Amino acid sequence: MTDTLATPLRMPRIRPGRILAWTVLFIGGLIMITPLLFMFSTSLKTAGQIYDLRLIPAAPTLENYVRVLSDGQFLRWMGNSTFIAVTVTLSNVFFDSLVGYTLAKFRFRGRRLIFLAILSTLMIPTEMLVIPWYIMSADLGWLDSYWGIMFPGMMTAFGTFLMKQFFETVPDDFLEAARIDGLNEFTIWWRIAMPLVTPALSALAIFTFLGNWTAFFWPLIVTTSKELYTLPVGLTSFAVEQAIQWELIMTGAALATLPTLLVFLVLQRYIVRGVMLAGLKG
Amino acid sequence: MTDTPPPRPRLSMRTRQALWVWGFLALPVLFYGVIRFYPTVEAFWLSLTDWDLLSSPKFIGLENYRRMVNDPAFWKVFGNTFLYLIIGTPVSLVLSFAIAYFLDRVRFAHGVIRALYFLPFITTASAMAWVWRWFYQPAPTGIINGALGRLGIPQLDFLQSTTWALPSIMVTAIWAGLGFQIIIFMAGLRAIPNTYYEAARIDGLGEGAILRRITLPLLKPTTVFLVVFSSIGFLRIFDQVYNMTTNDPGGPLGSTKPLVLMIYQTAFSSYQMGYAAALTVVLFLVLLCVSLLQLRVLRER
Repeated sequence: MTDTLATPLRMPRIRPGRILAWTVLFIGGLIMITPLLFMFSTSLKTAGQIYDLRLIPAAPTLENYVRVLSDGQFLRWMGNSTFIAVTVTLSNVFFDSLVGYTLAKFRFRGRRLIFLAILSTLMIPTEMLVIPWYIMSADLGWLDSYWGIMFPGMMTAFGTFLMKQFFETVPDDFLEAARIDGLNEFTIWWRIAMPLVTPALSALAIFTFLGNWTAFFWPLIVTTSKELYTLPVGLTSFAVEQAIQWELIMTGAALATLPTLLVFLVLQRYIVRGVMLAGLKG
Repeated sequence: MTDTPPPRPRLSMRTRQALWVWGFLALPVLFYGVIRFYPTVEAFWLSLTDWDLLSSPKFIGLENYRRMVNDPAFWKVFGNTFLYLIIGTPVSLVLSFAIAYFLDRVRFAHGVIRALYFLPFITTASAMAWVWRWFYQPAPTGIINGALGRLGIPQLDFLQSTTWALPSIMVTAIWAGLGFQIIIFMAGLRAIPNTYYEAARIDGLGEGAILRRITLPLLKPTTVFLVVFSSIGFLRIFDQVYNMTTNDPGGPLGSTKPLVLMIYQTAFSSYQMGYAAALTVVLFLVLLCVSLLQLRVLRER
């Protein structure tokens, strides 16, 4: 798109260099998704077929899925992961944008200090916080509970920063006009400002969802009973138990990966744009 | 609320706004205080104590740090973590730049190829670790050894070998993060105004000179971001290592064990909370130094 001016002169000629580059890139791309292809392919094979390394199974069967899903544990973990990822995402969309909006659109004493304080938490690695979080959870009875898994991520500095950047582009006139109409500040934020930053909101929502769906370290620490495992933690324990039955492990891995792939296929455009936003602002 | 008194009619308006502001911020300020800042301070304090979670913490000053300096297991882990960093970061950066650079110029089926490279990034790391673990199995189970066997090449032990286990895990980690880096590089490339390239071509600069004198210098902010981002990722590596070596976490003779896995085991398997906290302080300081150093080095050039 950006080089419409240059293209008429250069593009029509098919150049061997470009064809070679394209071919190499395409083969490289296929190599990149090989693990995914083999995972799905193996999840459709019976135990006897896994040594047959053909990508398309001779007799594809859903038997592994039936076996993995039949005891209900996997469904439970998927449910846990979905509930946790959705709740944390809603919380982040609400609070990160509320704080981002307040910091972008109000002049008040302590504004800079609060912004810098929140931003500074980006420098603190989660690993340093998990021990205090664990102790806090133990004291408050949050170990091995949904709330225990969720509480550290209810707001994030990154999301707040992202939303603040976007709210700064919203013209003050809109908000002033709403104020003159007598709307209260909460309504102005929720009804006037929020709809104006939907691209940023969708990027924030997608990333928070994917991040929490795939989160491993903290859920591994805070949960002990199988009923409360998230999918990644559950998969680890499942795979350890199945040690040699690779077709079942691949089925579990496929079940953990499918939802994120579906999210990606449906929202590809927003995800790629969101990554670009995150990178350029970061 | 303690603002200097503005003209009379606006007073109530400003006070009301201040009330809204602090109403909006009350819960978040509490959250950041209790869930981020207090635990940070507590981690520093815990690192000065001896604590097994059962009795009460005992203040021991810098004893944990002294123990760490004399702990060969710590130095092994520290070395491993740096291996992930100093091999993983440059390799993944060079690869992702090369792919982004060519993908940016070859526009045919651009979206499809980009998606192929990006897909691994949005998968679940623990799930993919098991897929790779399967690949690395000895033949006939593992497909890499299976393929090597067909070519008449002797089997490689991969995850069972003290030399190959760490690189094997690193390949998985690089594979998982490559798509993200490619997208960021492509955004950076896209942001360079086309007029610069046109001017350079009119001046008769070749492709190599354009790359060296225009593309790379203008791409510096992107590169800085990715170097820091990728380094932090490798210094914090955990999911892949834990899942690829569950039967013996940290690989044969601890050859793949990174700092975060040692923190996890020290805190949640041996319950040496003080020592584990001291390890997290070290991780924090390393991350801080790497970020500051890299930002500075790249800014000066």
